[in-house]
Amino acid sequence: MSVPIERPGKKNPQLRTPVPTLPPVPRSRAALGLTAAAAEGRFMLQHCGECGAVQYPPRDACGKCLSGDLRWQDTDPNGQVIAESTVRVSTAPYFRERGDWRIGTVRLAVGVSVMAYLHGDVEQAGPVRMTARLDRAGQGVLVAMPPRATPNMEDDKILREMTCDPRHRRVLITDARAPDALALAKAFLDAGATKVFMGESEQWRGHAERAALSALEGVEILPLDVTDTRSVQELAGQIGGKTDILVNNARFIRPGGLFARGDVTFARDEMEVNYFGLMRLAQVFGPAMAGRGADGVNNAVAWVNLLSVHALSNLPQIGPFAASQAAALSLSQALRAEVHGGGLRVMNVFSGPTEDAWHQPLPPPKVQPKALARAVISGLRGGLEEVAVGDVAKDMLARWREDPKVLEYELTRMGGGDA
Amino acid sequence: MAGRRKRQGYDGVVLAAPAGMAYERFSTKTAHWWIAGALRNSLKAAGLTPGDVDGFSVTSFSLGPDSAVGLTQHLGLTPRWLDHIPMGGAAGLVGLRRAARAVQAGDADVVACVAGDANHVDSFRRSLSGFSRFAQDASYPYGAGGPNSCFALLTDHYMTAHGAQREDFGRICVSQRDNALRNPNALMKTPLTMEQYMNARMISDPIALFDCVMPCAGSEAFLVMREEDAQAQGIPFARLTGAIERHNAFPEDPIQDRGGWAMDVDELYQMAGTRPEQIDLLQTYDDYPVICVMQIEDLGFCGKGEGPEFLRAHDLTIKGDFPHNTSGGQLSGGQPGAAGGFIGIVEAIRQVTGQAGPTQVAGAKQAMVSGFGMINYDRGLCTGAAILTGEGA
Amino acid sequence: MTEDAQGATAMLADLATALVSGDVDVVDLTHTLDPDFPVIVLPPEFGQCARFRMEEISAYDHRGPAWKWHNFTCSEHTGTHFDAPSHWISGRDVPNGAVDEIAPERFVGPVCVIDCSEGAAADEDFELTPQVILDWEATHGRIPKDSWVLMRTDWSRRRGEAYLNMKDDGPHSPGPVPAAVELLVHERGIRGFGTETVGTDAGQGSHYTPPYPAHHILHGAGRYGLQCLANLDLLPPRGAMLLAAPLKIRNGTGSPLRVLALVPRAG
Repeated sequence: MSVPIERPGKKNPQLRTPVPTLPPVPRSRAALGLTAAAAEGRFMLQHCGECGAVQYPPRDACGKCLSGDLRWQDTDPNGQVIAESTVRVSTAPYFRERGDWRIGTVRLAVGVSVMAYLHGDVEQAGPVRMTARLDRAGQGVLVAMPPRATPNMEDDKILREMTCDPRHRRVLITDARAPDALALAKAFLDAGATKVFMGESEQWRGHAERAALSALEGVEILPLDVTDTRSVQELAGQIGGKTDILVNNARFIRPGGLFARGDVTFARDEMEVNYFGLMRLAQVFGPAMAGRGADGVNNAVAWVNLLSVHALSNLPQIGPFAASQAAALSLSQALRAEVHGGGLRVMNVFSGPTEDAWHQPLPPPKVQPKALARAVISGLRGGLEEVAVGDVAKDMLARWREDPKVLEYELTRMGGGDA
Repeated sequence: MAGRRKRQGYDGVVLAAPAGMAYERFSTKTAHWWIAGALRNSLKAAGLTPGDVDGFSVTSFSLGPDSAVGLTQHLGLTPRWLDHIPMGGAAGLVGLRRAARAVQAGDADVVACVAGDANHVDSFRRSLSGFSRFAQDASYPYGAGGPNSCFALLTDHYMTAHGAQREDFGRICVSQRDNALRNPNALMKTPLTMEQYMNARMISDPIALFDCVMPCAGSEAFLVMREEDAQAQGIPFARLTGAIERHNAFPEDPIQDRGGWAMDVDELYQMAGTRPEQIDLLQTYDDYPVICVMQIEDLGFCGKGEGPEFLRAHDLTIKGDFPHNTSGGQLSGGQPGAAGGFIGIVEAIRQVTGQAGPTQVAGAKQAMVSGFGMINYDRGLCTGAAILTGEGA
Repeated sequence: MTEDAQGATAMLADLATALVSGDVDVVDLTHTLDPDFPVIVLPPEFGQCARFRMEEISAYDHRGPAWKWHNFTCSEHTGTHFDAPSHWISGRDVPNGAVDEIAPERFVGPVCVIDCSEGAAADEDFELTPQVILDWEATHGRIPKDSWVLMRTDWSRRRGEAYLNMKDDGPHSPGPVPAAVELLVHERGIRGFGTETVGTDAGQGSHYTPPYPAHHILHGAGRYGLQCLANLDLLPPRGAMLLAAPLKIRNGTGSPLRVLALVPRAG
């Protein structure tokens, strides 16, 4: 079993906050396939499209038959440790600062050997379940896990570095008014967050969940309006230095297609909240959090954007809204690049129709706030970058991966022709 | 393909003029400077001038952005045969084989084989991070332990598979230190006891401090030429009686437990017309002791997995019954980058030509040299070995 | 120069003297434009009144080394603001119904203040009825034609949620009943009507017939509205002069503005 991480005490204000360092960043283009798999929490390796041989390390041509047709596929994660070591001396400052690292050679059932990190609970020469994870540099690495859950396994030192577990961390949820706010706050508290700050816009008008939110121990409601630059700056001035996880759930959505609306009023509101809001948050909270990427056990680790899956491909019925989501998605990539040096993870959670007033006439399935909150927590625990929540989003993401152009036709033409 | 042909012999080809530069832990000098120095010393030993060199073979990790081509102009050479061998610890053997064929075929009369590397502060870290694509993608990100970690895994596996103890590896390190104390150019100048070896701090378990070489700057060189030319010039020489190389052997092995030598060793002995027990001294590539053990096994001195027992039964020092890495090797002499793969050849030439001085093994007429290089990912890919004979001391 | 003109010149000179001497006070009836100042909230499926927002363009820095300035955005109906007749459907065909078309002399005029502060303190849905107006006139005389009438409730002192006072059945704040607006517009011929609340109508004004009577009747008759006023307690019941000039926005239905009153010094 892993030793549980103690809740950290207050920070010594006389000590310099450690400057974040990163594990090695460079990878070949082929190896980024592992990063992409890890971003979704999938264990994938290259398989030869012609002879089926599984490849590792990632290649540009099959090591068996020279075919160039190598495809990343979900792969049997079972394997056995055949050698292990503990790296005590490293050339990279990132590793030196963090002490010893357990690594091993694992023979996978699919017949390749891989070098991997070993979870502390993996038995010597024991069986493992291989996972692909993003390290602090946001690059894909292999972490061998015990085949079954062990007590406190999430607190393992290596795993804590790879994940963004809310335990012992302080969270900012940017919109207390959002339909998912209460579910998110509860989920973070249940996950062991020490504090949940809730941003509340327009405190001159109440909202339904305020009383329930206020009643939660660990929740603190603070003024924040993502459309107001000054408000964002003021809140960052207060809590920018102790926000370890930021969840941007602020969202403006109205139904209506491009022509049905006939104006840009709602579109401006959508951009103001969904795009400029993210930008305002990013510009002040981003640097503050990235600077605390190595700040102890409760370092700043993650930035979560809740997005519509139509950020990937437009749905004309909510065309202008989807455009604002696409803008936010694009900006999230810029943010990811900007905070990379701080080791901060930017996780985008894509959902289909959510259970709220704006999707009320739509038939199920719709994403319940609790389901969304669960997906956020499990995504953070997995250290993911891309999460699809709900069947609609999963389906859409799968179609998008298969062929974005075909998905565009499905979404923009199939609904418009003869029944 | 059915029935591969046997390698042909190297009749009439000799190795001569072993030379080097005394190593330095850190140096501000460049690889060009180190290579020039070793070449100069080698030519001086042979009584030749740069103009006599018409074949040039270069090995270096730190020559960038230059290659052997740039060096010809830099050093004022006009060779009619040129080679650049990026094979690390096997480069000496591979370069030797190619040079021998060139001389045998008349493409060159005198090939200077030179290896040298600079070692600036931080150059080790830089060379690790960009060592190879597979290392960059699949080993360096796991703790950035570099070769220490890779060999730690091989060592751990070897120990488990064959029941080896740390003391077994310690015998190699301790006896090499003993040899190094006779070599005035070795970087390590103090004795090493088994107790010190066992108590050393762990670097990457089970590899501890004295299992690791010390990177340094340095260079080594020798000449490959026709026997008749060497005789005419009065240059002491060693004959090349057999040589093999192999790359990416046994790719299906889950982890490296043997090297390419095992594929070719029988032919090596056939070429040279000799047997393991007739070898007077062995120079293995010793970046880590586990690799020395694999070489002892794969080159036929004992069976697979019998290495530990073999080590317990033999004395590996200069005066011992199995003289091994007589100059102290890399473990006690220092690892001058790619020139580390030349140490065994240069020392073997010295030994069989009776020029080894304080490290001379009495009656050394037949030496085996082995090379090993390039942990591209999880295992060393390049192996080579050669047998040299001479008149001895 | 005619005699009238000479008189007017003297009068302005006297006013200037009085302004300098303090015999006439200039009272600011305006709230600060601030991102946190409430705006009217409509059901969310309707377009909303934009909140005041300000973005720094530069502040003597790399974005502009010697100067500081902002871009701001807001609705025509954000903060203390003016409603033109074209704001309401009933006033859409009124001549000169947009802010840029209104003659400038309409922006300066006499003002009467009906003090409903006690009633509003007691009842957040306090109604300005014809009787309240008649009672006021019994004390202060008939409301002069073409004057502004402001309803004082001291609502401007409310902060935060108490200002809109939103409940599950909508906002609750004082305002006029339809008959009172009819009386002011059609019988007294006022120029416009102003309040301290977020609108000229009561919070529950949608339940009258017609809904939102102040907007409906005022603008239908080509009259103006002022809302989100402050400091009405500093004005006398009558005798002050109101200066309320909206921005000259083409086809604008209203505008944030600085509302000032010239007030004879008390005593």
